[in-house]
Amino acid sequence: MFDFTPEEIAAIRLSLWVASIGVAASLPLGLLAAYALARWRFSGKILLDALVHLPLVLPPVVTGYLLLVVMGRRGVVGSFLEQYFGIVFSFRWTGAALAAAVMGFPLLVRAIRLSFEATDRRLEDAARTLGANRMIVFFTVTLPLALPGILAGVVLSFAKALGEFGATITFVSNIPGESRTLPAAIYTYTQVPGGDEGAMRLVVVAIVLSVLALVVSEILARRVSRRFGALG
Amino acid sequence: MIEVDIETTLGEFPLNAKFQSKSAVTALFGPSGAGKSSIINAIAGLIKPARGRIAIAGKTLYDSERGIDLPTHKRGVRAVFQESRLFPHLNVRQNLLYGNWFTGRKPSPSLHEVVKLLGLEHLLARRPRTLSGGERQRVAIGRALLANPLALLLDEPLASLDDARKQEILPYLEKLVAETKIPVLYVSHTKEEIDRLAKTVVRIDAGRVIGIEQR
Repeated sequence: MFDFTPEEIAAIRLSLWVASIGVAASLPLGLLAAYALARWRFSGKILLDALVHLPLVLPPVVTGYLLLVVMGRRGVVGSFLEQYFGIVFSFRWTGAALAAAVMGFPLLVRAIRLSFEATDRRLEDAARTLGANRMIVFFTVTLPLALPGILAGVVLSFAKALGEFGATITFVSNIPGESRTLPAAIYTYTQVPGGDEGAMRLVVVAIVLSVLALVVSEILARRVSRRFGALG
Repeated sequence: MIEVDIETTLGEFPLNAKFQSKSAVTALFGPSGAGKSSIINAIAGLIKPARGRIAIAGKTLYDSERGIDLPTHKRGVRAVFQESRLFPHLNVRQNLLYGNWFTGRKPSPSLHEVVKLLGLEHLLARRPRTLSGGERQRVAIGRALLANPLALLLDEPLASLDDARKQEILPYLEKLVAETKIPVLYVSHTKEEIDRLAKTVVRIDAGRVIGIEQR
């Protein structure tokens, strides 16, 4: 049963690649958004909060369509990026990574924001009285203490990105080797006669990858909390 | 020389503190909630007074009239708090050297001297969570000492410890005062600690200085 065809292997590899790039690229922005939401006071905070969460509540097809309109070759941002940076999203794997990043973003930010909010501000004050400026405090105290939440957010958004279907297929279609991710490949199998066996193979892979992601996050979180121990 | 003359309100509560001291150890003495910790926080730059002036060893940290308000990390005063606030993700040695590694300067006194002074030799590789309360406070004091302090602000450093632990740490503090020339501002509501350490005692009550004694 587990003789994967080259197309299936391509879909699995593409999914892993797209999800990894999507999460890695959105992590800096996710850290910034989470920190802003957890710590800063500014007008329009509710708006930022809503914007971050939008992909979680919108139908994925709507998110995908909006991406197509804005980031497509004729979109406002998309045409600009193509003209000045040569970056093209529509119907490319890069677009699948963008869709994965956008769909995983709310989960990433939520988890990181919670851990920033839970970080003991008094430890940051202590670091400042020892001569550390805000940047050093962030990288040596805030960030390490928030690490369990950051890891949780990364794994959650990675799992979400692996399974992303609606926004991806709307934005970048379903092109073998370019934008046919694991869910899109499963969908394709279900649309052809005799595709059941192939679909089942990929479904098993999807389940294994998802469970693996959760197990890894749990192990990482435990290791981190054991290392830090209770706040002393 | 420690010079403090500040006025501010903390919520509903007015704080009006004015004192000067040339002693090695100056105590802020008064009941809980009198405003002692707020004075420490103002000196450290963690809260900003409405008006006034704070200067230590000739360095002006805050002066509302001249528009001076140094950020906390540039003030050079090192605080030790009631809860030791050690960094849980760092071991004792890393905690001790925290205030030092990003300056790139050699600490004076040196790590070796501070470790010896505070009896921390056998604790260097441990994590803060494995330490006793008294050990934690000793590490916190050492961490402040190693960050090239202009002055040490000790905010009820023994208040969370039982009597036996207090007796364990007091000799270290006496030794610290005798062996280093760093001015210490010592906050406490316990008479015994004050009697053993301080030469100038500033009595605080309800947000005001109600008396200054020399000993």
